[in-house]
Amino acid sequence: MPAGVVDDLAARLRRELGEAAVVTEEAARRTYECDGLAHYRATPALVVLPADAAQVQAVVRACGAAGVPWVARGSGTGLSGGALPVADGVLVVTSRMRRILEVDLANARALVEPGVVNLAISQAVSGAGWYYAPDPSSQLVCSIGGNVAENSGGAHCVKYGFTVHHVTGLEVCTPDGELVWLGSAKAAEAPGYDLAGVFIGSEGTLGIATKVAVRLLRRPEAVSTMLAAFRTVAEAGAATSAIIAAGLTPAAAEIMDALAIQAAERAVDCGYPPGAGAVLVVEVDGPAVEVAEEEAAVRALCVEAGAFEVRVAADAAERQAIWTGRKSAFAAVGRISPHYIVQDGVIPRTALAEVLAEIDRMAAAAGIRVANVFHAGDGNLHPLVLYDATVPGEHEAAEQVSGAILDLCVSTGGSITGEHGVGVDKAAKMPRMFSAEDLDTMQLVRCAFDPGGLANPGKVFPTPRLCGEVPGPRAAGDAAERAASAAGIAAW
Amino acid sequence: MVDVLAQLEAACGGGHARAAGPGDAVGGVPARWVAAPGSTAQVAAVLRAAAEAGLAVVPRGAGTKTGWGAPPSTVDVVLETGRLSGVAEHSPGDLVATVGAGTPLRALAAALVPAGQRLSLEVGSAEATVGGVLATGEAGPLRLRHGAGRDLLIGAELVRADGVVAHSGGRVVKNVAGYDVGKLLCGSYGTLAVLTSATFRLHPLPKARAWVGRAVRSPQELRELVGGVLAATVEPVAVEVDLPGDGGLSGTVVALLEGTPGGVAKRAAATQELLGPDAWVAPEPPPWWGRYPFAAGDAALKLVAQVDDLHAALYALRDAAGAGVPVRGSAGTGVVFAALPGTTEPARLSTILDSVRSVLAARGGSCVVLAAPPSLAGAVDLWGPVPGLSLMRRVKEQFDPDRRLSPGRFVGGI
Repeated sequence: MPAGVVDDLAARLRRELGEAAVVTEEAARRTYECDGLAHYRATPALVVLPADAAQVQAVVRACGAAGVPWVARGSGTGLSGGALPVADGVLVVTSRMRRILEVDLANARALVEPGVVNLAISQAVSGAGWYYAPDPSSQLVCSIGGNVAENSGGAHCVKYGFTVHHVTGLEVCTPDGELVWLGSAKAAEAPGYDLAGVFIGSEGTLGIATKVAVRLLRRPEAVSTMLAAFRTVAEAGAATSAIIAAGLTPAAAEIMDALAIQAAERAVDCGYPPGAGAVLVVEVDGPAVEVAEEEAAVRALCVEAGAFEVRVAADAAERQAIWTGRKSAFAAVGRISPHYIVQDGVIPRTALAEVLAEIDRMAAAAGIRVANVFHAGDGNLHPLVLYDATVPGEHEAAEQVSGAILDLCVSTGGSITGEHGVGVDKAAKMPRMFSAEDLDTMQLVRCAFDPGGLANPGKVFPTPRLCGEVPGPRAAGDAAERAASAAGIAAW
Repeated sequence: MVDVLAQLEAACGGGHARAAGPGDAVGGVPARWVAAPGSTAQVAAVLRAAAEAGLAVVPRGAGTKTGWGAPPSTVDVVLETGRLSGVAEHSPGDLVATVGAGTPLRALAAALVPAGQRLSLEVGSAEATVGGVLATGEAGPLRLRHGAGRDLLIGAELVRADGVVAHSGGRVVKNVAGYDVGKLLCGSYGTLAVLTSATFRLHPLPKARAWVGRAVRSPQELRELVGGVLAATVEPVAVEVDLPGDGGLSGTVVALLEGTPGGVAKRAAATQELLGPDAWVAPEPPPWWGRYPFAAGDAALKLVAQVDDLHAALYALRDAAGAGVPVRGSAGTGVVFAALPGTTEPARLSTILDSVRSVLAARGGSCVVLAAPPSLAGAVDLWGPVPGLSLMRRVKEQFDPDRRLSPGRFVGGI
């Protein structure tokens, strides 16, 4: 973007939002050059920190008038480069929008601004015995706006679902600068298309959420957290399958393999049973009687599947200790490898043993190590591909294995991402999972919201669709017919 | 003049297209042809043929809700999904199933029973198909715990108005790749694309169920009882109300508990205590459970309120329509249905809608006329205010620029 355009835009935004809301110094802008996926970097031309919905609207309108692309960013914890700035564009950071606007327990709802940190919602209502269910591992820092963009899940989504099941409505600023409500703030639904359902998970390509209405849940009466130690990952996987087959719905079911356990032990000294080739963490929650029954059933199924030790957390501190190892796993692999790639893929749960064996085989063939941490309950794998960038060829080998794992996920009928999103990182992988027609159809939605393509360009889709372009059989319609139909639409 | 019937026959195979009869009308608008494609490719062929001939197409499942929505402006071809039927894939270990859009929900339920599983979607139109239930956004009592169809749908196959076949989502429950176009089709009344196949997440069948209910004398009492049950830790999967309309605003509130035999017994006792001395526990649902209060020919209303405000909507409805309006539905989610006589004058219906909507609108709720006799449906505002309508028009314009799919049946004349 030419310097004059940047200066004019900065001046306009300073007038409308105030001096402090606009960041122009290069060093300051550079702190925003990447999100949680640090190997993609771009310094935005401007960083803007709006204080409320009206200021977001002012930014989007100013960008629209100048024809400048923009990217929204919450806390910057995303792992797919979804908040990677556009070098010539504006980065809209929601971190000043941190107000919890309303808590309404009688209707089990809260209305929050997009910069509110995930955990802050539960903290605000926990005294009264309520909480907000989606709990991504980054919930201490990640923002609700980012959760909306990514349709975030978390360890407990196997039972409770994702962000899309817990956000009933939201106010968004569309790329043409309108503030629009999608869904309903407090009621179960609103008439018309389910635009909230498609906006959530659209990775910032359809607009910016400016207010988010979330559903609150009653804290369950009882929670039981168990840790079962197995000799092999296959046994831990079989135990998970047996739990599901028994008709139990655990709130969480997480597996770590030997390498991931080793890393966690070094990092946080979690004290998992020595000699374990895999641990399975299972949490059941709900009414006390059923939790007691399910705990006994899970324990028996684990033992039957070969568990040599099953621990049940006796209190909150012990529960915390079990979770600490699991939740620290990503960062912990830094203790056993100088570099690593965090992968995110999904397989049908029933393909677990076969897929893990294949990952082992691929890693061995490439001469690198892969640590496995995954949400076993829903087949969401997080292979951590370890490498040493100072060894020639290792980075490439790691990238190759990491990519091959995604292909493997797709070939089993799974997905290239269960929760980290497509972002910039996996846009090129989308055609592995979706046909050109599938991607074209998704982009019809994009064209409806953002015909100019200014919202987070270059993310999710490998190739942008020119809005207004007429694909396939539609091109058969002659010009006169199309003009007549356009006139009909204008006359609605 | 193109021989449309021959073209539709060519698209669907011999004997699967015919001239429409009086029973094929949609919202009182007569149809010209009926086509029953037997595969996704045949659906695409029908839509391409319709596009070439400039014909409007209205998809139909079992036809249980052809009177829902606004009367379409034109119905040339009724596209019947009945042959797109059956469970294509059921993976019990993954708790997912892929089914043809024309599969009756009941048939799907029966197919899942041997595996001890269910689709947690039980709706009021008993014969309805998967496609029809999704397209109209129907959801029954289990919505409180499991959400509506959009919350259970994890993958969709669809055919666009231009005949292009596309997919979204997949066959795994956890998946955030790409836009969730399937959700957009839920509740779209067949105005964006024709759904041909749906993949759902399933749940285990509960080992035990118990219904706990009691009489309610007023909406205010209903509010207190429902609030008490939802704030407790008894975790009902449904809380339903039935106000038959024959005794003022009194009726029955019933909560459904599901779980293990031991757990359900204990929670049923706890729920009974919450509801007070007159409450009862039953192993079977009451006869009205999950059924709509309206019948064919009625003006059928859907009231959507925030849970703690449902009473205000019920009082407003009574004040505007007088006593005797049957109301039934999910007090636990704030979504209830009401029946007004189909002979209600349009002006009177409008007055009733205005007053109920003004109470609901202030609280983010809505009141939609789901179905009404054609003369009435054409004369009143069926939907009320629709936030985001201009965006919705833009979505429609992208998916169906020539307005061939169910034209006029949806909000704002979409």
